[in-house]
Amino acid sequence: MLSDTDLQAIGLTLRLATTTTLILFVVGTPIAWWLARTRSRWKGPIGAVVALPLVLPPTVLGFYLLVAMGPNGPVGQLTQSLGIGLLPFTFWGLVVASVFYSFPFMVQPVQNAFEAMGERPLEAAATLRASPLDRFFTVAVPLSLPGFATAGILTFAHTVGEFGVVLMIGGNIPGVTRVASVQIYDYVEALEYGNAHRLAAVLLVFSFLVLLALYSWRPDLRKT
Amino acid sequence: MKNLVTASAVLAVALAAGNAAAEEATIAVAANFTAPMKIIAEMFAEDTEHTVVTSFGATGKFYAQIKNGAPFEALLAADEKTPKKLADEGAGVADSRFTYAIGTLVLWSAKPDLVEDGKALLASGDFNKLSIANPKLAPYGVAAVQTMEAMGLKDALEPKLVMGENIAQTFQFVDTGNADLGFVALSQVMQNGEITKGSGWVVPADMHAPIRQDAIMLEPGKDNPAVAAFLEYLKSERALEVIHAFGYETE
Repeated sequence: MLSDTDLQAIGLTLRLATTTTLILFVVGTPIAWWLARTRSRWKGPIGAVVALPLVLPPTVLGFYLLVAMGPNGPVGQLTQSLGIGLLPFTFWGLVVASVFYSFPFMVQPVQNAFEAMGERPLEAAATLRASPLDRFFTVAVPLSLPGFATAGILTFAHTVGEFGVVLMIGGNIPGVTRVASVQIYDYVEALEYGNAHRLAAVLLVFSFLVLLALYSWRPDLRKT
Repeated sequence: MKNLVTASAVLAVALAAGNAAAEEATIAVAANFTAPMKIIAEMFAEDTEHTVVTSFGATGKFYAQIKNGAPFEALLAADEKTPKKLADEGAGVADSRFTYAIGTLVLWSAKPDLVEDGKALLASGDFNKLSIANPKLAPYGVAAVQTMEAMGLKDALEPKLVMGENIAQTFQFVDTGNADLGFVALSQVMQNGEITKGSGWVVPADMHAPIRQDAIMLEPGKDNPAVAAFLEYLKSERALEVIHAFGYETE
Protein backbone atom coordinates (compact mmCIF):
# COMPACT_ATOMS: atom_id res chain seq x y z
CA MET A 1 0.00 0.00 0.00
CA LEU A 2 2.71 2.47 0.99
CA SER A 3 5.77 2.87 -1.21
CA ASP A 4 9.35 2.47 0.00
CA THR A 5 9.85 6.23 0.10
CA ASP A 6 6.70 6.55 2.23
CA LEU A 7 8.01 3.97 4.70
CA GLN A 8 11.37 5.71 4.71
CA ALA A 9 9.64 9.02 5.46
CA ILE A 10 7.61 7.46 8.29
CA GLY A 11 10.72 5.81 9.75
CA LEU A 12 12.58 9.10 9.65
CA THR A 13 9.64 10.90 11.27
CA LEU A 14 9.53 8.42 14.15
CA ARG A 15 13.30 8.66 14.60
CA LEU A 16 13.12 12.46 14.68
CA ALA A 17 10.22 12.48 17.15
CA THR A 18 11.87 9.95 19.45
CA THR A 19 15.22 11.76 19.46
CA THR A 20 13.55 15.11 20.07
CA THR A 21 11.43 13.78 22.93
CA LEU A 22 14.41 12.15 24.68
CA ILE A 23 16.50 15.31 24.39
CA LEU A 24 13.64 17.44 25.65
CA PHE A 25 13.16 15.23 28.72
CA VAL A 26 16.75 16.03 29.64
CA VAL A 27 16.73 19.71 28.65
CA GLY A 28 13.15 20.62 29.50
CA THR A 29 12.84 19.07 32.95
CA PRO A 30 15.36 21.34 34.77
CA ILE A 31 13.77 24.40 33.20
CA ALA A 32 10.28 23.20 34.18
CA TRP A 33 11.59 22.57 37.72
CA TRP A 34 13.09 26.04 37.93
CA LEU A 35 9.94 27.69 36.55
CA ALA A 36 7.77 25.78 39.02
CA ARG A 37 9.81 26.65 42.11
CA THR A 38 11.44 30.01 41.50
CA ARG A 39 10.28 33.32 42.91
CA SER A 40 12.70 35.17 40.64
CA ARG A 41 11.44 38.11 38.66
CA TRP A 42 12.76 36.30 35.58
CA LYS A 43 10.04 33.69 35.88
CA GLY A 44 7.65 35.74 33.73
CA PRO A 45 10.09 36.53 30.88
CA ILE A 46 11.58 33.02 30.76
CA GLY A 47 8.10 31.46 30.82
CA ALA A 48 7.08 33.71 27.94
CA VAL A 49 10.16 32.77 25.88
CA VAL A 50 9.42 29.07 26.46
CA ALA A 51 5.86 29.59 25.18
CA LEU A 52 6.92 31.57 22.09
CA PRO A 53 6.92 28.59 19.66
CA LEU A 54 3.21 28.17 20.45
CA VAL A 55 2.35 31.44 18.78
CA LEU A 56 5.15 32.00 16.23
CA PRO A 57 4.24 30.76 12.74
CA PRO A 58 6.44 27.70 12.08
CA THR A 59 7.68 29.15 8.81
CA VAL A 60 8.90 32.24 10.68
CA LEU A 61 10.65 30.09 13.27
CA GLY A 62 12.06 27.96 10.44
CA PHE A 63 13.30 30.97 8.50
CA TYR A 64 15.15 32.45 11.47
CA LEU A 65 16.63 29.06 12.30
CA LEU A 66 17.81 28.84 8.67
CA VAL A 67 19.46 32.24 8.96
CA ALA A 68 20.86 31.60 12.44
CA MET A 69 22.28 28.20 11.50
CA GLY A 70 23.61 29.47 8.14
CA PRO A 71 27.27 30.35 7.55
CA ASN A 72 26.72 33.98 8.59
CA GLY A 73 24.47 33.24 11.57
CA PRO A 74 25.68 32.94 15.18
CA VAL A 75 24.75 29.26 15.48
CA GLY A 76 26.31 28.49 12.10
CA GLN A 77 29.58 30.18 13.06
CA LEU A 78 29.63 28.24 16.33
CA THR A 79 29.01 24.87 14.67
CA GLN A 80 31.61 25.64 12.00
CA SER A 81 34.25 26.59 14.56
CA LEU A 82 33.46 23.37 16.45
CA GLY A 83 34.10 21.48 13.21
CA ILE A 84 30.52 20.17 12.95
CA GLY A 85 29.81 22.09 9.77
CA LEU A 86 26.43 23.62 9.00
CA LEU A 87 23.22 22.20 10.48
CA PRO A 88 20.59 22.95 7.81
CA PHE A 89 19.83 20.01 5.49
CA THR A 90 20.97 17.50 8.13
CA PHE A 91 19.06 15.19 10.48
CA TRP A 92 20.62 16.87 13.53
CA GLY A 93 19.62 20.24 12.17
CA LEU A 94 16.03 19.02 12.23
CA VAL A 95 16.52 17.73 15.76
CA VAL A 96 17.76 21.13 16.95
CA ALA A 97 14.84 22.86 15.23
CA SER A 98 12.33 20.37 16.66
CA VAL A 99 13.69 20.86 20.17
CA PHE A 100 12.92 24.58 19.86
CA TYR A 101 9.61 23.97 18.18
CA SER A 102 8.32 21.44 20.75
CA PHE A 103 9.85 23.11 23.81
CA PRO A 104 6.58 24.36 25.41
CA PHE A 105 4.92 20.98 24.89
CA MET A 106 7.53 19.44 27.17
CA VAL A 107 8.08 22.23 29.69
CA GLN A 108 4.51 23.31 30.41
CA PRO A 109 2.94 19.96 31.43
CA VAL A 110 5.97 19.07 33.56
CA GLN A 111 5.97 22.52 35.17
CA ASN A 112 2.24 22.18 35.94
CA ALA A 113 2.83 18.79 37.54
CA PHE A 114 5.65 20.15 39.72
CA GLU A 115 3.47 23.09 40.76
CA ALA A 116 0.47 20.86 41.54
CA MET A 117 2.64 18.71 43.79
CA GLY A 118 3.38 21.69 46.06
CA GLU A 119 6.15 22.11 48.67
CA ARG A 120 4.89 19.71 51.32
CA PRO A 121 6.11 16.34 49.98
CA LEU A 122 9.56 17.86 49.44
CA GLU A 123 9.63 19.39 52.93
CA ALA A 124 8.60 16.06 54.41
CA ALA A 125 11.40 14.35 52.49
CA ALA A 126 13.85 17.01 53.65
CA THR A 127 12.99 16.34 57.30
CA LEU A 128 13.93 12.72 56.62
CA ARG A 129 17.32 14.02 55.45
CA ALA A 130 16.85 13.31 51.78
CA SER A 131 19.36 15.29 49.73
CA PRO A 132 17.98 17.74 47.10
CA LEU A 133 18.88 15.34 44.30
CA ASP A 134 17.32 12.47 46.22
CA ARG A 135 14.16 14.51 46.81
CA PHE A 136 13.93 15.29 43.12
CA PHE A 137 14.32 11.74 41.86
CA THR A 138 12.51 9.77 44.57
CA VAL A 139 9.74 12.23 45.43
CA ALA A 140 9.17 14.89 42.78
CA VAL A 141 9.56 12.75 39.65
CA PRO A 142 7.34 9.83 40.77
CA LEU A 143 4.63 12.24 41.96
CA SER A 144 4.77 14.08 38.64
CA LEU A 145 4.75 11.04 36.39
CA PRO A 146 1.38 11.88 34.79
CA GLY A 147 2.81 15.25 33.84
CA PHE A 148 5.87 13.59 32.29
CA ALA A 149 3.65 11.14 30.40
CA THR A 150 1.55 13.98 29.01
CA ALA A 151 4.63 15.99 28.10
CA GLY A 152 6.30 13.03 26.38
CA ILE A 153 3.25 12.11 24.34
CA LEU A 154 2.49 15.70 23.35
CA THR A 155 6.11 16.40 22.39
CA PHE A 156 6.32 13.24 20.34
CA ALA A 157 3.00 13.84 18.58
CA HIS A 158 3.75 17.51 17.98
CA THR A 159 7.10 16.64 16.39
CA VAL A 160 5.44 14.04 14.16
CA GLY A 161 3.07 16.77 12.96
CA GLU A 162 5.86 19.28 12.39
CA PHE A 163 5.89 20.70 8.88
CA GLY A 164 6.69 24.38 8.44
CA VAL A 165 10.00 24.33 10.28
CA VAL A 166 11.22 21.19 8.53
CA LEU A 167 10.19 22.59 5.18
CA MET A 168 12.25 25.73 5.79
CA ILE A 169 15.52 24.10 6.89
CA GLY A 170 15.25 20.52 5.58
CA GLY A 171 15.96 20.70 1.86
CA ASN A 172 13.78 17.64 1.25
CA ILE A 173 16.56 15.01 1.16
CA PRO A 174 15.20 11.43 1.12
CA GLY A 175 16.08 9.52 4.29
CA VAL A 176 17.71 12.57 5.87
CA THR A 177 15.17 15.38 6.07
CA ARG A 178 12.13 14.27 4.07
CA VAL A 179 9.68 13.49 6.87
CA ALA A 180 6.12 12.21 6.39
CA SER A 181 4.44 15.62 6.48
CA VAL A 182 6.78 16.95 3.77
CA GLN A 183 6.19 13.80 1.70
CA ILE A 184 2.41 14.38 1.89
CA TYR A 185 2.90 18.01 0.89
CA ASP A 186 4.95 16.90 -2.12
CA TYR A 187 2.19 14.51 -3.19
CA VAL A 188 -0.45 17.22 -2.89
CA GLU A 189 1.65 19.74 -4.80
CA ALA A 190 2.38 17.17 -7.52
CA LEU A 191 -1.37 16.48 -7.77
CA GLU A 192 -0.81 12.84 -6.71
CA TYR A 193 -3.83 12.94 -4.45
CA GLY A 194 -4.16 9.14 -4.13
CA ASN A 195 -0.69 8.80 -2.60
CA ALA A 196 -1.35 11.82 -0.39
CA HIS A 197 -4.59 10.32 0.93
CA ARG A 198 -2.92 7.02 1.81
CA LEU A 199 -0.03 8.53 3.75
CA ALA A 200 -2.30 11.11 5.36
CA ALA A 201 -4.64 8.34 6.52
CA VAL A 202 -1.72 6.59 8.23
CA LEU A 203 -0.77 9.80 10.05
CA LEU A 204 -4.39 10.50 10.94
CA VAL A 205 -4.91 7.08 12.49
CA PHE A 206 -1.57 7.33 14.27
CA SER A 207 -2.34 10.77 15.70
CA PHE A 208 -5.77 9.66 16.84
CA LEU A 209 -4.34 6.62 18.61
CA VAL A 210 -1.71 8.75 20.35
CA LEU A 211 -4.30 11.21 21.61
CA LEU A 212 -6.65 8.39 22.55
CA ALA A 213 -3.86 6.90 24.63
CA LEU A 214 -3.24 10.28 26.21
CA TYR A 215 -6.84 10.95 27.15
CA SER A 216 -7.79 7.47 28.33
CA TRP A 217 -4.53 6.52 30.02
CA ARG A 218 -3.87 9.63 32.08
CA PRO A 219 -6.73 9.32 34.60
CA ASP A 220 -5.49 5.80 35.45
CA LEU A 221 -2.09 7.19 36.28
CA ARG A 222 -3.72 9.85 38.43
CA LYS A 223 -5.45 7.24 40.60
CA THR A 224 -2.25 5.46 41.54
CA MET B 1 -12.91 30.73 -30.35
CA LYS B 2 -16.39 31.71 -29.25
CA ASN B 3 -15.01 32.58 -25.85
CA LEU B 4 -12.35 34.77 -27.35
CA VAL B 5 -14.98 36.59 -29.38
CA THR B 6 -17.06 37.02 -26.23
CA ALA B 7 -14.02 38.22 -24.33
CA SER B 8 -13.12 40.73 -27.05
CA ALA B 9 -16.72 41.93 -27.17
CA VAL B 10 -16.77 42.33 -23.41
CA LEU B 11 -13.45 44.14 -23.59
CA ALA B 12 -14.75 46.47 -26.30
CA VAL B 13 -17.85 47.24 -24.29
CA ALA B 14 -15.77 47.80 -21.20
CA LEU B 15 -13.41 50.15 -22.99
CA ALA B 16 -16.35 52.03 -24.47
CA ALA B 17 -17.97 52.37 -21.08
CA GLY B 18 -14.80 53.94 -19.67
CA ASN B 19 -14.52 54.62 -15.98
CA ALA B 20 -18.05 53.54 -15.28
CA ALA B 21 -16.93 49.94 -15.86
CA ALA B 22 -13.81 49.96 -13.65
CA GLU B 23 -13.42 46.43 -12.39
CA GLU B 24 -11.01 44.46 -10.26
CA ALA B 25 -9.43 41.19 -11.39
CA THR B 26 -8.19 38.59 -8.88
CA ILE B 27 -5.18 36.82 -10.32
CA ALA B 28 -3.06 33.92 -9.07
CA VAL B 29 0.60 34.31 -10.06
CA ALA B 30 3.50 31.85 -10.01
CA ALA B 31 6.09 32.75 -7.37
CA ASN B 32 8.92 33.22 -9.89
CA PHE B 33 6.95 36.00 -11.63
CA THR B 34 6.40 37.99 -8.42
CA ALA B 35 8.76 40.88 -9.11
CA PRO B 36 7.68 41.70 -12.70
CA MET B 37 4.02 41.16 -11.81
CA LYS B 38 4.11 43.82 -9.11
CA ILE B 39 5.40 46.38 -11.60
CA ILE B 40 3.02 45.32 -14.37
CA ALA B 41 0.04 45.45 -11.99
CA GLU B 42 0.90 49.04 -11.11
CA MET B 43 1.30 50.01 -14.76
CA PHE B 44 -1.98 48.31 -15.57
CA ALA B 45 -3.77 50.39 -12.94
CA GLU B 46 -2.23 53.54 -14.45
CA ASP B 47 -2.90 52.72 -18.09
CA THR B 48 -6.44 51.33 -17.78
CA GLU B 49 -9.41 52.00 -15.57
CA HIS B 50 -9.13 48.51 -14.07
CA THR B 51 -7.04 47.13 -11.21
CA VAL B 52 -5.72 43.69 -10.26
CA VAL B 53 -5.40 41.94 -6.92
CA THR B 54 -2.62 39.34 -6.93
CA SER B 55 -1.83 36.18 -4.97
CA PHE B 56 1.66 34.72 -5.33
CA GLY B 57 2.43 31.06 -4.77
CA ALA B 58 3.13 27.60 -6.12
CA THR B 59 1.27 26.61 -9.27
CA GLY B 60 0.34 23.17 -7.90
CA LYS B 61 -1.24 24.74 -4.84
CA PHE B 62 -3.19 27.16 -6.99
CA TYR B 63 -4.45 24.23 -9.05
CA ALA B 64 -5.81 22.50 -5.95
CA GLN B 65 -7.41 25.73 -4.74
CA ILE B 66 -8.97 26.52 -8.12
CA LYS B 67 -10.42 23.02 -8.38
CA ASN B 68 -11.95 23.56 -4.97
CA GLY B 69 -13.66 26.83 -5.68
CA ALA B 70 -11.01 29.51 -5.15
CA PRO B 71 -12.23 32.83 -6.57
CA PHE B 72 -9.21 33.38 -8.85
CA GLU B 73 -10.18 34.81 -12.22
CA ALA B 74 -6.94 34.11 -14.06
CA LEU B 75 -3.79 32.09 -13.46
CA LEU B 76 -0.26 33.01 -14.54
CA ALA B 77 1.28 29.58 -14.09
CA ALA B 78 4.92 28.53 -13.83
CA ASP B 79 4.38 25.85 -16.46
CA GLU B 80 2.23 25.04 -19.49
CA LYS B 81 0.89 21.80 -18.05
CA THR B 82 -1.36 23.25 -15.36
CA PRO B 83 -3.28 25.76 -17.53
CA LYS B 84 -3.82 23.01 -20.11
CA LYS B 85 -5.14 20.67 -17.43
CA LEU B 86 -7.48 23.36 -16.12
CA ALA B 87 -8.76 24.00 -19.65
CA ASP B 88 -9.29 20.28 -20.29
CA GLU B 89 -11.19 19.95 -17.05
CA GLY B 90 -13.44 22.90 -17.79
CA ALA B 91 -12.12 25.12 -14.99
CA GLY B 92 -10.37 27.44 -17.44
CA VAL B 93 -11.29 29.11 -20.71
CA ALA B 94 -9.37 27.06 -23.30
CA ASP B 95 -9.08 29.82 -25.92
CA SER B 96 -7.56 32.27 -23.49
CA ARG B 97 -4.39 30.20 -23.00
CA PHE B 98 -1.07 31.74 -24.12
CA THR B 99 2.63 31.77 -23.20
CA TYR B 100 3.29 35.02 -21.34
CA ALA B 101 6.95 34.32 -20.51
CA ILE B 102 9.71 31.80 -21.12
CA GLY B 103 11.88 31.37 -18.06
CA THR B 104 15.67 31.45 -18.00
CA LEU B 105 17.65 29.23 -15.66
CA VAL B 106 20.75 30.56 -13.93
CA LEU B 107 23.38 28.88 -11.77
CA TRP B 108 23.69 31.40 -8.96
CA SER B 109 25.67 31.96 -5.77
CA ALA B 110 25.30 34.64 -3.11
CA LYS B 111 29.12 34.85 -3.09
CA PRO B 112 30.30 37.58 -5.48
CA ASP B 113 33.14 35.72 -7.22
CA LEU B 114 32.21 32.05 -6.98
CA VAL B 115 30.43 31.48 -10.29
CA GLU B 116 32.28 32.19 -13.53
CA ASP B 117 32.25 29.08 -15.72
CA GLY B 118 29.22 27.22 -14.36
CA LYS B 119 29.95 23.89 -15.98
CA ALA B 120 33.56 23.76 -14.80
CA LEU B 121 32.51 24.73 -11.28
CA LEU B 122 29.88 21.97 -11.11
CA ALA B 123 32.41 19.46 -12.44
CA SER B 124 35.02 20.51 -9.86
CA GLY B 125 32.65 19.77 -6.97
CA ASP B 126 34.18 22.72 -5.14
CA PHE B 127 31.07 23.78 -3.19
CA ASN B 128 29.04 22.46 -0.24
CA LYS B 129 25.49 22.11 -1.60
CA LEU B 130 23.59 22.65 -4.82
CA SER B 131 20.03 23.87 -4.33
CA ILE B 132 17.43 23.00 -6.97
CA ALA B 133 13.65 23.26 -7.08
CA ASN B 134 11.90 19.94 -6.56
CA PRO B 135 11.62 18.56 -10.13
CA LYS B 136 8.40 16.79 -9.18
CA LEU B 137 6.77 20.14 -8.47
CA ALA B 138 8.55 22.95 -10.27
CA PRO B 139 9.40 23.44 -13.95
CA TYR B 140 12.65 25.14 -12.97
CA GLY B 141 13.55 21.95 -11.11
CA VAL B 142 12.89 19.87 -14.24
CA ALA B 143 15.12 22.23 -16.24
CA ALA B 144 17.84 21.99 -13.58
CA VAL B 145 17.82 18.19 -13.76
CA GLN B 146 17.91 18.29 -17.57
CA THR B 147 20.87 20.65 -17.41
CA MET B 148 22.81 18.36 -15.07
CA GLU B 149 22.02 15.46 -17.38
CA ALA B 150 23.19 17.43 -20.42
CA MET B 151 26.47 18.09 -18.62
CA GLY B 152 26.75 14.40 -17.70
CA LEU B 153 27.07 15.38 -14.03
CA LYS B 154 23.74 14.25 -12.64
CA ASP B 155 25.01 11.24 -10.68
CA ALA B 156 28.08 13.08 -9.44
CA LEU B 157 25.97 15.97 -8.15
CA GLU B 158 23.25 13.85 -6.55
CA PRO B 159 24.83 13.74 -3.03
CA LYS B 160 25.11 17.53 -2.95
CA LEU B 161 21.50 18.28 -3.87
CA VAL B 162 19.04 20.00 -1.59
CA MET B 163 15.53 20.73 -2.81
CA GLY B 164 13.25 23.71 -2.36
CA GLU B 165 9.51 23.22 -2.66
CA ASN B 166 9.38 26.04 -5.17
CA ILE B 167 11.81 28.38 -6.83
CA ALA B 168 11.41 30.97 -4.07
CA GLN B 169 12.60 28.56 -1.40
CA THR B 170 15.37 27.29 -3.67
CA PHE B 171 16.62 30.86 -3.92
CA GLN B 172 16.32 31.31 -0.15
CA PHE B 173 18.66 28.37 0.54
CA VAL B 174 21.33 30.01 -1.61
CA ASP B 175 20.61 33.58 -0.54
CA THR B 176 21.08 32.69 3.17
CA GLY B 177 24.40 31.03 2.29
CA ASN B 178 23.33 27.57 3.43
CA ALA B 179 23.89 26.28 -0.09
CA ASP B 180 26.84 27.71 -2.05
CA LEU B 181 25.07 27.19 -5.36
CA GLY B 182 21.62 26.90 -6.79
CA PHE B 183 19.74 26.66 -10.06
CA VAL B 184 17.27 29.54 -9.74
CA ALA B 185 15.19 31.71 -12.05
CA LEU B 186 17.12 34.52 -13.68
CA SER B 187 14.17 36.79 -12.76
CA GLN B 188 15.03 36.34 -9.09
CA VAL B 189 18.53 37.76 -9.35
CA MET B 190 18.21 40.12 -12.28
CA GLN B 191 17.03 43.70 -12.38
CA ASN B 192 17.16 46.03 -15.36
CA GLY B 193 18.98 43.45 -17.41
CA GLU B 194 21.84 42.59 -15.04
CA ILE B 195 22.54 40.28 -12.12
CA THR B 196 22.56 42.65 -9.17
CA LYS B 197 23.73 40.38 -6.37
CA GLY B 198 26.23 37.52 -5.93
CA SER B 199 27.48 35.82 -9.08
CA GLY B 200 25.72 33.81 -11.74
CA TRP B 201 26.05 31.84 -14.95
CA VAL B 202 23.11 31.84 -17.34
CA VAL B 203 22.45 28.27 -18.46
CA PRO B 204 22.48 28.01 -22.28
CA ALA B 205 18.92 27.47 -23.52
CA ASP B 206 19.90 24.30 -25.43
CA MET B 207 20.71 22.44 -22.20
CA HIS B 208 17.08 22.07 -21.17
CA ALA B 209 13.55 22.17 -22.62
CA PRO B 210 12.14 25.70 -22.64
CA ILE B 211 10.42 26.75 -19.41
CA ARG B 212 7.18 27.96 -20.94
CA GLN B 213 4.90 29.76 -18.54
CA ASP B 214 1.29 29.93 -19.67
CA ALA B 215 -1.57 32.14 -18.56
CA ILE B 216 -5.24 31.22 -18.65
CA MET B 217 -8.55 32.88 -17.87
CA LEU B 218 -10.51 30.91 -15.29
CA GLU B 219 -14.26 30.31 -15.19
CA PRO B 220 -15.03 32.89 -12.46
CA GLY B 221 -13.31 35.57 -14.57
CA LYS B 222 -15.20 34.90 -17.79
CA ASP B 223 -17.52 37.88 -17.49
CA ASN B 224 -15.11 40.27 -15.81
CA PRO B 225 -13.77 42.79 -18.36
CA ALA B 226 -10.76 43.51 -16.14
CA VAL B 227 -9.50 39.93 -16.55
CA ALA B 228 -9.59 39.99 -20.35
CA ALA B 229 -8.06 43.46 -20.30
CA PHE B 230 -5.20 42.33 -18.09
CA LEU B 231 -4.38 39.24 -20.14
CA GLU B 232 -4.33 41.48 -23.20
CA TYR B 233 -2.16 44.00 -21.36
CA LEU B 234 0.44 41.28 -20.64
CA LYS B 235 1.13 41.23 -24.39
CA SER B 236 1.53 45.02 -24.66
CA GLU B 237 4.88 46.67 -25.42
CA ARG B 238 5.12 48.20 -21.95
CA ALA B 239 4.50 44.88 -20.21
CA LEU B 240 6.89 42.98 -22.50
CA GLU B 241 9.64 45.48 -21.72
CA VAL B 242 9.29 44.69 -17.99
CA ILE B 243 9.15 40.95 -18.61
CA HIS B 244 12.37 41.08 -20.68
CA ALA B 245 14.12 43.28 -18.11
CA PHE B 246 13.74 40.46 -15.60
CA GLY B 247 15.43 37.98 -17.87
CA TYR B 248 12.43 36.24 -19.41
CA GLU B 249 12.06 35.57 -23.10
CA THR B 250 8.75 35.90 -24.89
CA GLU B 251 7.39 34.53 -28.14
